[in-house]
Amino acid sequence: MELYDVVIVGGGPGGLSAAYSAYRNGAKKILVIERDRELGGILQQCIHNGFGLHHFKEELTGPGYAGRCIALIQDKPEIRTLTDTMVLSVSKDKKVTAVNPERGLFTVQGKTVILTMGCRERTRGAIRTAGERPAGVFTAGAAQRMVNMEGYLPGKKIVILGSGDIGLIMARRMSLEGCKVQAVCEICPYSNGLTRNMVQCLYDFDIPLYLSHTILKIKGRDRVEGVTVAKVDEKMQPVPGTEFDIECDTLLLSVGLIPENELSMAAGVEIAPFTNGPRVDQRRQTNLPGIYAAGNVVHVHDLVDFVSDEAEIAGKFAALEAQGNLVPAVNTVEVSPVNGIRTCVPQVLHLPEGGEPVRLFMRAGAPDRKVTLEVKCGGEVLVKKILPVVKPSEMITLDIPAAKTALMHDKITVGLQAK
Amino acid sequence: METKVMNCIMCPMGCEMTVTLENGKFAAVTGNSCPRGARYAESEVTDPRRMLTTTVRIKGGLLPLLPVVSADVLPKGKIADCAAYLRNVVVEAPVQAGDVIVPDILGLGVDIVASRAMENVND
Ligand SMILES: Cc1cc2nc3c(=O)[nH]c(=O)nc-3n(C[C@H](O)[C@H](O)[C@H](O)COP(=O)(O)OP(=O)(O)OC[C@H]3O[C@@H](n4cnc5c(N)ncnc54)[C@H](O)[C@@H]3O)c2cc1C
Ligand code: SF4
Repeated sequence: MELYDVVIVGGGPGGLSAAYSAYRNGAKKILVIERDRELGGILQQCIHNGFGLHHFKEELTGPGYAGRCIALIQDKPEIRTLTDTMVLSVSKDKKVTAVNPERGLFTVQGKTVILTMGCRERTRGAIRTAGERPAGVFTAGAAQRMVNMEGYLPGKKIVILGSGDIGLIMARRMSLEGCKVQAVCEICPYSNGLTRNMVQCLYDFDIPLYLSHTILKIKGRDRVEGVTVAKVDEKMQPVPGTEFDIECDTLLLSVGLIPENELSMAAGVEIAPFTNGPRVDQRRQTNLPGIYAAGNVVHVHDLVDFVSDEAEIAGKFAALEAQGNLVPAVNTVEVSPVNGIRTCVPQVLHLPEGGEPVRLFMRAGAPDRKVTLEVKCGGEVLVKKILPVVKPSEMITLDIPAAKTALMHDKITVGLQAK
Repeated sequence: METKVMNCIMCPMGCEMTVTLENGKFAAVTGNSCPRGARYAESEVTDPRRMLTTTVRIKGGLLPLLPVVSADVLPKGKIADCAAYLRNVVVEAPVQAGDVIVPDILGLGVDIVASRAMENVND
């Protein structure tokens, strides 16, 4: 069986950044396995710009960002890539089984494995909606792939449910292709997308946004003919008497993403609540020794730049472990999100003697302004950061220097200071 | 004197800025975290501009479409015209990332360039 230092499952920006980092940290045999016909992951369909300012210090489009990641690993004899190859299973002892048209079924052995399978779109919003099952209901991401890569339009008159970034981006994209976007409906009282996308994708095109509204019914038998929309109360229940109809031939659902963890779970990787991804430590190691995870498979990112940052961490430590150079951990610290912080990755720290620099990635539970983020251990505040704005849709990051992590024991909390 | 509250869209930070106008002309801005925000605020009240990303048809490539991007911002009012123009453009693979697909689109002084490379699959 072929033996690799690092086997990476998924060739999106996460997998590619992990591969490059593993290479830079001394791994000699790295394999990246991707099921699609080319590398780059979901970014190949995200043709808009705004990527890379943070990671590459340059504003790039999605395919541009993917191209940069691919260029970094191309022509490196240490890194092998396989496309059109589907990973079927990953075992606890780091055997990765995959299938492709050339080799059929085959298994490789990794000294370490990095899981970077990304996420997929939720479709639940449609399943709970009353009505027939007419043609014309798509997830926003499926429509994005159609319009940006395959070359056809899902419809002409569009309603979008969900104001996350993918929904907003698609509102502009469909408008630019000459479609009429009738409305975007959002069940929350605030938009779940980046502010810049609100401005450029809705306001610029005069597309109405209905906050605290949901779709009650999809009308039409063979093809979507319209939707019935209603206002929701604080408990997100429809308010009787507020219903109205919007005519459309297509409904796009942008109702969230779920990390793609079937492989992880089958391997025995522990999945964390709320993030729905592997529970990882600061090195992005899962509960299974030698199995790491990064990117959207761990928690949904809105910025690919953070995916690359996180994947570089995983790549580095996987490479060090493969070479037997991992500094052993002597101190286990649980990380608990509290007061206004809903999720935090990593969920646990495995710290060596003297500590190690740690970066926390968090999401807030609700929008707020001028708040102070605090990391506490045993009642003592270790690190503080003032945040001008927090939004559930925008990830918060916090760097903790090694010296501070050396002071930690048992459990730390991360939360917003009470006002 | 008049003030306008707006969000900078130059990067995902989306800083909330307050622009002061004197006699309808840009005078000052606060709330931006970097100089790009100040430049955006001034242009937004005088001559609003946007980047354009869309696709053109490509022959001989792995995909039927090639993503393209404007090399610089375009006047906001011309975005729809540029997108409509690009819907009828057809190119041939191979293409390199950054290749000029349409020079000086609609005489606006901005090139439209390829966002990615695409090889010719028939070669
Ligand atoms: C529809 C959509 C639109 C998005 N738009 C934006 C955006 O505009 N801006 C932004 O910053 N972020 C966006 N995101 C988030 C974006 O996914 C991340 O920024 C980034 O692409 C995630 O990188 P990743 O490598 O973790 O996952 P992905 O890019 O999803 O890559 C995962 C890769 O793993 C492969 N894979 C999965 N399972 C297997 C298997 N069993 N075998 C082999 N290969 C496998 C997949 O084919 C895929 O190529 C979007 C996400 C989605 C789903
Ligand atoms: S002011 Fe600077 S940091 Fe703030 S959104 Fe604009 S470009 Fe980004």
